[in-house]
Formats: sequence, C-alpha cells, structure tokens
Amino acid sequence: MQRIGDAPRTRRLLVGLAIVLSVLFLLLPLVAIFAQALAEGMAVFWNNLSDDYTLAAIGLTLLVAALTIPVNLVFGVFLAWLVTRFSFPGRRLLQTFIDIPFAVSPVVAGLIYLLLYGSNGWIGSWLDEYDIQLMFAWPGIVLVTIFVTCPFVARELIPLMQAQGAREEEAAVTLGASGFTIFRRVTLPNIKWALLYGVILTNARAVGEFGAVSVVSGSIRGETNTLPLHVELLYQDYNTVGAFTAAALLALIALFTLAAKAGLEWRATRREQFR
Amino acid sequence: MTLSLFLHRRAIASAVTLSLTAGFAVPTLAADRELLNSSYDIARELFATINPEFVTWWEERHDESIEVKQSHGGSSKQARAIMQGLRADVVTYNQVTDVNVLAEQGLVAEDWQQQFPNNASPYYSTTAFLVREGNPKGIDSWDDLVEGDIEIVFPNPKTSGNGRYTYLAAWAYADREFDGDQEQIREFMKEFLGNVKVFDTGGRGATTTFVERGIGDVLISFESEVNNISKEYGEDDYDVVVPPVSILAEFPVAVVEEYAERNDNTDLARGYLEYLYTEEAQRLLAGFNYRVNDETVQGEFAEQFPETELLRVEDVFGSWGQVMDTHFASGGELDQLQRR
Repeated sequence: MQRIGDAPRTRRLLVGLAIVLSVLFLLLPLVAIFAQALAEGMAVFWNNLSDDYTLAAIGLTLLVAALTIPVNLVFGVFLAWLVTRFSFPGRRLLQTFIDIPFAVSPVVAGLIYLLLYGSNGWIGSWLDEYDIQLMFAWPGIVLVTIFVTCPFVARELIPLMQAQGAREEEAAVTLGASGFTIFRRVTLPNIKWALLYGVILTNARAVGEFGAVSVVSGSIRGETNTLPLHVELLYQDYNTVGAFTAAALLALIALFTLAAKAGLEWRATRREQFR
Repeated sequence: MTLSLFLHRRAIASAVTLSLTAGFAVPTLAADRELLNSSYDIARELFATINPEFVTWWEERHDESIEVKQSHGGSSKQARAIMQGLRADVVTYNQVTDVNVLAEQGLVAEDWQQQFPNNASPYYSTTAFLVREGNPKGIDSWDDLVEGDIEIVFPNPKTSGNGRYTYLAAWAYADREFDGDQEQIREFMKEFLGNVKVFDTGGRGATTTFVERGIGDVLISFESEVNNISKEYGEDDYDVVVPPVSILAEFPVAVVEEYAERNDNTDLARGYLEYLYTEEAQRLLAGFNYRVNDETVQGEFAEQFPETELLRVEDVFGSWGQVMDTHFASGGELDQLQRR
C-alpha cells in the first residue's frame, strides 16, 4: 500500500519544507533576539541587564511565578482529584469551568479583575475602606496570573488520572490506608511526571503573561513592571538593545523550561522502557 | 524514589527561596516619602531626566529624602487606572480631556486649570511635519497636504490624542483659510483625510509605518516627537517642517487631590508641579523639544523652535467637550468626512 509521502521525492520535499519553515519561523527569530541583545557588545548587554529597573522587573516576575506555582499546584491537584475520583452533581460543569481561563482572552481576564477588585469594584471598594489595595500593585499581578494559569496543572492531570482509574487507590483503602497516605504513597507517585509537566507549563505562562498583567499593573517602573511589560516599555523608549536584552532573558527562561520539559519526557520514556 | 522526590522538593524549595530573595533584593533606597507621577507614554525619558533634579531641588529645601516613581501609558488608559484606584499623586498628561475626566470624578479639583500658570500646562508643543530628506514634495503648510499625490501618515484621531491634534490643526487651518465657510472646510478636510495612506492606532505605530516601512511623504505628529524621531533615525534622512499656522497642544498637569491627601503628599505634589515651571526645569523640557514659557529659556532655544502662530482649541472649537461630541463621537464629523 502506498501512503502519502512514501515516494522518495515527496518525502525529501516534505522534510526539506519542514526544516526550512522551522528555521525561518522558529529558529531565526530566536537567534535574532540574542543577536539584537548583543548587537552593541557584551558591555552594553551587561549594562542593560544590571539596570535597576530591569533587575526590579526580573525580581517581580520571579516573585509572581514563585507565588503562582504553589497555589495552582495545590488547586490543580485538588481539582483533578475531585473531578476524577468522585462523582457528584455538577462534575461536568466543574470540568468546563476549569477551562474558562483558556477560553477567555487574557485582556478580558485582567479587566474582570479590575472591575471586581479596583477601587470602584464590588470587592475593591470594600477593601479600599480598609486601605487595602490589590490592583496596580503586585498582589493584583499575582491574582490575574493565578487566574490565567490555573488550568494547566489540572488539565495535565485529569486525562492521566482518568486513564489510570481509581483501582490502586481503592486497593489502598481496603488495606486501611488513610486519605493522606493514599495520596502521598499511591496517587502522587502515579501523577508525579504529569504534575511536574503542568508546573513547567504554569511557570512558562506565569513568567510570560502580558495581556492580563498589563491591565492591572499600572506600569509603575521599578514597582509593578514585569519582564514582559518591561520589554514593551524599553522598545517604546527607542531602547532596542535594552528591549531585546529583556526579551533574551525571557527567551532564556523559555529555553530552560523547554529543556526541563524535554528532560522530563526523556526520563519518563526511559522509565517505561525499563519497566 | 522517595529520595528523588525529596531532591525535587529541595530543588523546588530552593528555587522558590531564590526567587523570593530576588524579589525583595531589589535595591529600593528607603525614602521618607514617595511621589507617584502618572504620565503619558512617550515622556519616560523626559521624567527620568527631570525627577533626579527635582529630588535634589526638594531635598535642598526640605529636611527629608524623597523618591519619585513613574507610571507611563496611553494617557486615557492612565486616567482610567487612577479612577480604578491607581494612587498617583500627580498627573502629567498630553491630553486636557484626560484630566477633565478625573475632574468629573472629583479626583482632581474642578478648577485645576487655574491652579498653575498657563492653564496648568508647564510646557506645550504643536503639530509639525516630518518629511523625507530635502522635502521633495515641497510640503510647507497644510494646503500642500491636499495636493493629489501626497501620501500622509498620522495616527487615527479615534484612538490617539496625537491624531486628534493633527485633525484639529488641519480643521483650524481651513477654518481660518476659508473664513469659517463650513462647506469649504469640509471639502478641504475630505481631501486631507483622503490622502491619509495609513491610520495607525498610536503615535509609535505611525512612526514605524513612516520610518521603517517607508510609507508616505509626510508624518504628522507633535513637534517634540518629530524632532526626536529625526534625531533617532538620522537627521540626514528627514527634515522637520513646522507649518506657519498650527494648533497649540497643551501638556496639562494636576494634583490628584484625593490620593495626594491620602498619601500625605499634597505639599510634595504641588512642589513637584511648581518645579516644572522653574527656569531649571524649563531648560530641561526645552532640551526634549518642548516649547516653554520661560523667557530666558525661550531666548536660549530660539533657533530650535521656528515661529508659528498657534491656535487654541478652546478659541476655535469652543471647549474640549464640544470637540469630542461634534468631531470624534460615533457618527460625528470625522465619521461623516471619511464616509464618501
């Protein structure tokens, strides 16, 4: 039987096309980022990097990721556990709810939070009376980032936990294990890799989120300016090299994330083989 | 297995600690008081230059250390943010309308334009042209822009305050040229808008279109911007043309009284805005291609700013409120002119 792409010429053409496109659309822009960042030499690159505002942006971005990940890790596991291990009315609805942050544009997400928690908002006006300010400060940025990234862990876990079924856990129950022990000794080892994968995706998105953060940030330089916002700001300042330096940082984080993901996948497949 | 998990946990924990320390290790010199200035997009470098000078100026006169923080964005977005709770002490905008919005909300005093000299506009600018080197199409004034083969680039008046000024400047010119004959003014405006090649949403986009994509014979923007662009992208490639008649673009400032009071910054906020009127600050402003009212500084920079007659929006059009309603509202003059 002949399949599409079996003829040597077609195959070569397809492979060639794939390579050319990958280089043009993926590799070249990446190279360009680093080339632009280093365009005026190491010294300028270093200067841009050690700029107070850039450092503050890096710090804030890492802080946001560091707060977002644990929250969504717990939330994601909890949700996946609930949805796959229990049956209750509204279970399907809940599963649809998880996807809302994916379906909604980040800008809209930011606006919703602003309308709720801004000083005129339903909750915000009440908080304002106690002099608590969430929007236009780092807590607001963390809030919207949590919202935007909250499906990642759950979405990774649900299919896996559904496929694995509850048999092992049921066995543990019959052996008299407590809930927490079951989770720690049975569930967690089974979902470990998917969980880490979800965390990696969460991290990537938390670090890179622009739209939602841009709405609630108030862009106070050195205070509520995250790395992606900083890139835009520098670019608008006609500081192209600076913008690309910040962009290169983001790209580095992305590459690191991809490497971690590839490493995980590699370990996971190796594990399968040795089993 | 348990060990590897444990190791992972340690790795994650240390990553978290690392990022936490990074988050707080950002050097913030503890100042006694902080002032937050909410400003427009392209003023970042301007205030990055002015603020340290102001800090020195203030600290010489008062026994405290202060810090000025900046927030920049499209000035309508900035005003919105303040309404939603961004606690800025002062605003320094490029649109009178955006301060008016804050005044309507009671965040800024109703008579804010009377609180500081020159309608609370410490510096001003006008609309000017950037043309290709040697001005090959001979563009010197507004009537040169309605010639058949001229291609114009400026930001969309619907989305950009900068674009609004351009539209109003052309209208004001026509109003004078045709002695207020509405028929002829509309005809002029139709031709003018018909020659617009690209309507970008903002000033920065229009610059990119003109400079990097090489589209159009003339870019219309604030005089200050046009000069900055020509400096940035090569003075040999572009010429700056200031038309003999144009519109006065004010850069209004105001104290956001409600927040300044709450932040205990009222005196500092007023001091900051008053500083902008000092000779020292006016000189800095002129260095950024803004026109100023200080006579000494005017003399020093006379060469940089060609004489031109500047018309006030309020004098030609009544008030900003009327301008917005008749010209830029949906179905208004602008929409009708573009429909043909």
